[in-house]
Amino acid sequence: MSTESTPKESLFSKKNRKLLSDPLSDSNPITIQVLGICSALAITVQLQQAVIMSLSVLFVLIGGNVIVSLLRNLIPDRIRIIVQLVIVASLVIIVDQVLRAFQPDISEKLSVFVGLIITNCIIMGRLEAFALGNKPGPSFLDAIGNGMGYAWILLVVSIVRELFGSGAISLPGMGQVKFLPQEWFISNGGFYENNNLMILPPMALVTVGIIIWIQRSRNKALIEEN
Amino acid sequence: MEYLSIFVKGIFIENMIFAYFLGMCSYLAVSKTVKTANGLGLAVIFVLGITVPINYLLENYVLKEGALAWLDPEFETVDLSFLSFIMFIAVIASMVQLVEMIVEKFAPALYGALGIFLPLIAVNCSILGGALFVQDRQYPSIGEATVFGLGSGVGWWLAIVAIAAIREKIRYSHVPAPLKGLGITFIITGLMGIAFMSFMGIEI
Repeated sequence: MSTESTPKESLFSKKNRKLLSDPLSDSNPITIQVLGICSALAITVQLQQAVIMSLSVLFVLIGGNVIVSLLRNLIPDRIRIIVQLVIVASLVIIVDQVLRAFQPDISEKLSVFVGLIITNCIIMGRLEAFALGNKPGPSFLDAIGNGMGYAWILLVVSIVRELFGSGAISLPGMGQVKFLPQEWFISNGGFYENNNLMILPPMALVTVGIIIWIQRSRNKALIEEN
Repeated sequence: MEYLSIFVKGIFIENMIFAYFLGMCSYLAVSKTVKTANGLGLAVIFVLGITVPINYLLENYVLKEGALAWLDPEFETVDLSFLSFIMFIAVIASMVQLVEMIVEKFAPALYGALGIFLPLIAVNCSILGGALFVQDRQYPSIGEATVFGLGSGVGWWLAIVAIAAIREKIRYSHVPAPLKGLGITFIITGLMGIAFMSFMGIEI
């Protein structure tokens, strides 16, 4: 790698800050780039699962982006997809083994979706679009930005679904925190009933659809032609 | 009857898109017209039908604990299942490559229809998902695993063709501007998912 003659950029220059902040809103991986939807929807029934999933994806994304960016001049162009898949798969195996060892219940609940991080389009998409053409520093920031952009959508969707679906929120390490007094529920003679529809898979899609709706009505530049 | 039950379950009840959201990325990206959606759907059926049995054999004769016993009784305790992700994805990527070459050589017409979609499929979650579900559910024989693969492929094809047809029509409707494109597709998919849930509980 040739050394740059341009003055060294600080890690938090304006350009780099943009790498971090853009994926949070205007180029959000889920609502704008349409990457990584599969896992985002399937595991948002409970907040706890969503947190673990976001952390796993963040780890794999950072690891993959930095490693691929370091190797970017060594990987032959024709076999780059398979090289990337092998790097990502190895990182996912690490995540899977760690989860199995320390969080067996959650690992059981996430079942195949931990493995599916390999084919999560966010990871391959960012590797292809960013890490292959940029230095490790910016790639690291890009990974954090996109990982966080993915995470906040997951957290919002799972909070909405769990709050309305089961009337409680499961915080990591604290179990389920109930917000409504038990005597409010119809089963206890009250007036409130959980909306069981929110727990079913289709409502995840509708919730994301509504987030997209809100986001695009706030920023008209994002509206599609048809 | 067992086979038919698995097949129908794969298509309607445990539909890859509506129940598990697998392969959503290509489902959203390639569903603008029915013609291309149909091509991608057929390619998914094809690749799932091939990779699921291969991964089943790999799982049962190489990776599972004690699976290597056919080689030598000494390997009775070897458990390679932690390697399954990397093996499955390698099998899928190489099979897709191989299938592409074979189809190009022997069935040029099919290649014309599926050609551009095949490389996309290596990173389609539904293919790896199929392999992982088979590992998770411990199907007793390769026949059942294959039927499961084909059934979920058909389910995926059905879902993408249906949404593409709806999207072609919805272009002429007055959708609120911020919902156009992606937003309305999400919501329609959700409604279709609710419709598909009415198949739940069907036993054949």
